[in-house]
Amino acid sequence: MGQVRVTMQAFTQLDGLVAAIDRANVDTDAIIPKQFLKLIQRSGFGPNLFDEWRYLDHGEPGMDNSQRPLNPQFVLNAPRYRGAQILLTRENFGCGSSREHAPWALEDYGFRALIGTSYADIFFNNCFKNGLLPIPLPQAEIDALFAQVFATEGYRLKIDLDSQTVTRPDGEVLRFDIEPFRKHCLLNGLDDIGLTLRHADKIRAFEDGRRAEQPWLFS
Amino acid sequence: MPQTLYAKLWNSHVVHQEEDGTALVYIDRHLVHEVTSPQAFEGLKLAGRKPWRIGSVVATADHNTPTDHWDQGITDPVSRLQVETLDANIAAFGAKVYFPFRDARQGIVHVIGPEQGATLPGMTVVCGDSHTSTHGAFACLAQGIGTSEVEHVLATQCLLQKKSKTMLIRVDGALQTGVSAKDVVLAIIGRIGTAGGTGYAIEFAGSTISGLSMEGRMTLCNMAIEAGARAGMVAVDATTVEYVRGRPFAPIGADWDKAVACWRTLVSDPGARFDQVIEIDAGKLKPQVTWGTSPEMVTTVDGEVPDPTLESNPVKREGMERALAYMDLAPGTSIKAIRLDRVFIGSCTNSRIEDLRAAAQVVAGRKVAPTIRQALVVPGSGLVKAEAEREGLDRTFIDAGFEWREPGCSMCLAMNDDRLEPGERCASTSNRNFEGRQGAGGRTHLVSPQMAAAAAITGYFSDVRDWLR
Repeated sequence: MGQVRVTMQAFTQLDGLVAAIDRANVDTDAIIPKQFLKLIQRSGFGPNLFDEWRYLDHGEPGMDNSQRPLNPQFVLNAPRYRGAQILLTRENFGCGSSREHAPWALEDYGFRALIGTSYADIFFNNCFKNGLLPIPLPQAEIDALFAQVFATEGYRLKIDLDSQTVTRPDGEVLRFDIEPFRKHCLLNGLDDIGLTLRHADKIRAFEDGRRAEQPWLFS
Repeated sequence: MPQTLYAKLWNSHVVHQEEDGTALVYIDRHLVHEVTSPQAFEGLKLAGRKPWRIGSVVATADHNTPTDHWDQGITDPVSRLQVETLDANIAAFGAKVYFPFRDARQGIVHVIGPEQGATLPGMTVVCGDSHTSTHGAFACLAQGIGTSEVEHVLATQCLLQKKSKTMLIRVDGALQTGVSAKDVVLAIIGRIGTAGGTGYAIEFAGSTISGLSMEGRMTLCNMAIEAGARAGMVAVDATTVEYVRGRPFAPIGADWDKAVACWRTLVSDPGARFDQVIEIDAGKLKPQVTWGTSPEMVTTVDGEVPDPTLESNPVKREGMERALAYMDLAPGTSIKAIRLDRVFIGSCTNSRIEDLRAAAQVVAGRKVAPTIRQALVVPGSGLVKAEAEREGLDRTFIDAGFEWREPGCSMCLAMNDDRLEPGERCASTSNRNFEGRQGAGGRTHLVSPQMAAAAAITGYFSDVRDWLR
């Protein structure tokens, strides 16, 4: 894989502060509201992450977000979570719209990993394209993590992708699953277009066969 | 060994497979719109890459476009730049066909693909939009993708993914008059939950599904993603073939005959095994109304808002409490006692000609309730609009007090000016009732076109079955 360019931020190890959002079915409309989808760039969405929950006023593209009134009730605004790199969540995180602006916003805000019971398919997939690691863990382990985060200010976790482990401050080691191909790409920050184009000959041969058999698909 | 429809579609598109099962899946049709493509085209340019097969691309502008005063163009400069960026990218890279803003054939991407015959049975279809599952109605493997994947498909004509598990949802029996495909799919989501289909490709089958028109099947597959499934699909039958016949991009002559023979194989073989099977008795289904902020928070029109204190799962209970607070509803409230402020008939779920006919049937000769601030009808495409006008449906809606708009995604996601004000309550034929989906602070109740039409007339939810008996 020597010629494949490294374009994505690689993920190997992380020792990070944990923030917790204790609700299920957090949808991508909540993660990044639609008005920010009008923008044509892929960076700078962090200040508008969870915009409707995070601020008391209505956000629009182009506003100076540093001047906007924060919602003190929203967990990520709590001083104890400032600088968090790991987001603890509940089931079906990232459901709804396929907008990749959701992982862009999470990543731009500073998150590098998510830990939760489950993720929506498209969102889960989008995370891996942006160097963001979504870790699924069983319900009981998630419940325990929530209890520990709420009880301990400055709660941190250590994540090691190579060994597929999350280590708690009390030394307990939690193992997680990840597909080998995704792991390989994330560990090395590989550009998957480059990886796919190594198979260009196969794609071309497949396409030629398909065109011969079902020409109407190519007209 | 007998194969499922999904397995047939999968096997016929795998180009290469990694050791862990991750496959390169060849993509036949790539639908493109303005919101999720600019960063993908930019990525191609930055890497100096060329599109692999630009002839697979069918593009339109739909999410940001206004639905009135088209003579004034797009007044929001941020939206305008995004639509102009799509214009520029198509000009630079090309496409099989592009329906720009104000083109007579422009419309919601998931309406125009089938309408043009650009969606054909057996295709793999992708689009940077979760409701791409719609095209599964044609026995396509149709999936929503993110922008990085849009770029990947543009550059390689392939998608990297692993095979899904399979779920069969068998729906049998005759639907009552006033109960539609929308009610079927809302009831399914209520049963299996918004994550029930995660990791699965869903096939909808059974006598009820066979009896649905292609419009109804599209409504059903459209909301597979709301059950968590990236793809939903229905096998090919005579209804499928007749719908496709004669469409602008459908094959003709000898190719047509050959294609139909090929499409006829796009069914699950008898005895094919699914990882999960769900059975639904359609005869018992009633019109559905969502009461919360997730499509699974749904009940029947003769039901009431549920009581969170009866829910034993604490995470679910908190979710219900939060939803009721957001929706400003008290447990035990009768669904028919919920008063609406606005009505929206449109979206990739329910904006096709059959949807508009069904709604017009309820509206005909009646007036929108004075308490309704706005009742909108937004056709799914320019061609749907023209057909509706030919049939006089526009007059039916306008005479009743509805606004008759230009096509687009409109108030389904409120990226343009069609949106709810904070606190407003809407009966909507769209697909998502998430917090703020139709406008910050807005409250959405998902219903069928006929239920939305009836709600516009009375100002409250009404059982449309009583109107049609």
